[in-house]
Amino acid sequence: MTEGIDWIARAGAKPKGRRPAFFDDPAVDRLLSLTMAVVGEVAVLRERLDTVERLLDAKGTISRADIEAYQPDGTAGAERGELTRAYIARVMRGFQQEVEALENPDPPIMDWVEKFSK
Amino acid sequence: MKSCPDKFGDTARLESGHECRTAAPYTALTKHPMLARTNHDESARFNFLTHLNRYLSGTLGPGNKLAYEKRVLPAFREEHGRDPEHRYEIRDWMNQDPFHRMWSALKRNSMEMRQQNGRSTVLRQLDELDAQARQFNEHSGQLELDPKIEQPIYQTAVDIHCQPGGYHGEERPGDVSAGANYDVGIFATTGGALGGLNDGGGQAVVAWAKKERPDWQPRRILYVGCTVGHNAVPIAAAYPDAEVIAIDTAGPSLRYGAARAAGLGVRNIKFVQASGEDLSRYPDGYFDWVQTTMFLHELSAESMPRLLAECNRVLAPGGLILHVEQPQYSPEMPLFEQFMRDWDAFNNNEPFWSAMHGVDLKDVMAGAGFSKADQFVVGVRAVVDRSIFPAAESEEQEDYGRAAVWNAYGAWKPVAKELAA
Repeated sequence: MTEGIDWIARAGAKPKGRRPAFFDDPAVDRLLSLTMAVVGEVAVLRERLDTVERLLDAKGTISRADIEAYQPDGTAGAERGELTRAYIARVMRGFQQEVEALENPDPPIMDWVEKFSK
Repeated sequence: MKSCPDKFGDTARLESGHECRTAAPYTALTKHPMLARTNHDESARFNFLTHLNRYLSGTLGPGNKLAYEKRVLPAFREEHGRDPEHRYEIRDWMNQDPFHRMWSALKRNSMEMRQQNGRSTVLRQLDELDAQARQFNEHSGQLELDPKIEQPIYQTAVDIHCQPGGYHGEERPGDVSAGANYDVGIFATTGGALGGLNDGGGQAVVAWAKKERPDWQPRRILYVGCTVGHNAVPIAAAYPDAEVIAIDTAGPSLRYGAARAAGLGVRNIKFVQASGEDLSRYPDGYFDWVQTTMFLHELSAESMPRLLAECNRVLAPGGLILHVEQPQYSPEMPLFEQFMRDWDAFNNNEPFWSAMHGVDLKDVMAGAGFSKADQFVVGVRAVVDRSIFPAAESEEQEDYGRAAVWNAYGAWKPVAKELAA
C-alpha cells in the first residue's frame, strides 16, 4: 500500500465545484448516492461469484489469487456483460417503466373503475 | 464466441443488435506498463459503471425527450404562449421535471463513482506507479516540465469531469495520480467504446488524415491540450518520422503521459509543459500540423481566440490545423438537443462547454486568421476494433455529448497567401 497517503479517505475526495441539487430535499440526493453505491457493490459481488463458479467449473478448486488473476475470454466476458445488463435492467425497472408510461400514457385507473361501474 | 460487428462498417451485419449492447469487459483493455492494475473487484466496478452509463443513455435517455414533449413543453407553452427561445429556458423547466431530475442525479452519481473507484485503484498503488513513471521519464527524455507554467483559471475554478484535483492536482509532490486516474477510468465514462488504449479519437484523426492526404509527411506536429496523450500517441505512432510535441499546462498529467508513451514504445513524442495561449518558445511556421482533440471546450471565451491565434502563428504554410469536438450548436440544431448536449456544462463541471458550443467556431477560427474559404468541417467516428470493443447502442441514437462520433473543424493554411504577406 502507498506510504503516507490514506488511499481510502482520499479516493472519495470531493471535486471542486458546487454539486447540483437534483432534488428539493437534499436527503433524497444523499439517499440516491447511497443506493447507487449499494447497487454497484451488488453487481461486483455477483461478478465475483461468477468468477468463482467459472474457476470451479474449470479447475474444481481455487485460490484467492486465481480470482484476482481471472480474465474472462471473449465468450465469458460477453456472458458476464449480459448478466450485468440484466441486473441493471432489474434495478432500474421503475425508471424504465416510467419512460414507457411517458411514451404510452394511461388514464388514471379510477377512470376505468368508474366506466365499468356504470 | 459472440462477436459484435461495427455497426457502421461497410461489412457490418447485425443480426439482432442484441449483443452490441454488451460492452467489452474491463480486462480487455491493453495493459500498457503504466496502466494502474485493477484487482478483481475494481474491474467489476468499472464493468458495472460501463453498463450503467450505456443504460442511462441508451434505455433511459429517450425519457428526457418524452418528458419534454409530453409535459414540459406543453406546460411552457401554456405559461408563456410561445415556444422556448433558448436552451437555457428548456434547462430551467426540465430541471423541475421529476424524470429529468432523477436521470441527471443517476448520471452524476455514476461519474462520482467512477472517480472514487479510479482513485482508490490508483492511490493504493501510487508508490509503484510513481516509481515506474520516474524510471521511464528519467531515461526516455520524453518529458519536459516547466514549474513556471501557471495553471489557468479555467483549469482550476472547478475540477473538470468531477475529477478531484483536476488534471493538475497532486496527492503528493511529483506524483502521477491525476493522469493515472484519468487513464484507468475513462473506459467506464465512455461506455467502453474507445478501444484497448482508449485512443479511438486519435485513431480517427489518423485515419482521416491518411485518407485525405495519403502521401503527406508532416515533419513537426504540435498537439495542444494532450492530458495523458490518449489521442496524441496514435498520431505519433502513425507518423514515425515526425517529431510530435504534446503540450499541456498540467504537469501531473504530462508525467503520466510521457511515461505511458515510453511504455508503449512510442518514442517520437515529447510531453512539454506549456500553455497553448503562449507558444512563444516556437517560431512562426514551425509546425506542419497543429491538433486539438476534445480540448477547446476546456478553455474560456477569453483564452480560446488567443490560443487559436497562437496555433495559426506557429503553423507552417501548407500545414493543417484540426480541432475535434462535439458538434457546435448551429441554428439548425433543435433547442432540445442543444439543451441535452449542454448537460455536462452544468452537471459535470465543464463550465465553458455551453458557451464554446454556442459560438460559430468558423467565426472564431476566422478571427484567429484562418479564412473561412480555407476552413472545412468533417465528421469523424472513433476507430476501434469493434470485434473486441462494441460501440454503445446509443452511438446511433442521440447520446448528446458522449458518443464516439465527432466533428473536426479544420483548415489547410494557404501557401500563396503566406508568401504574399
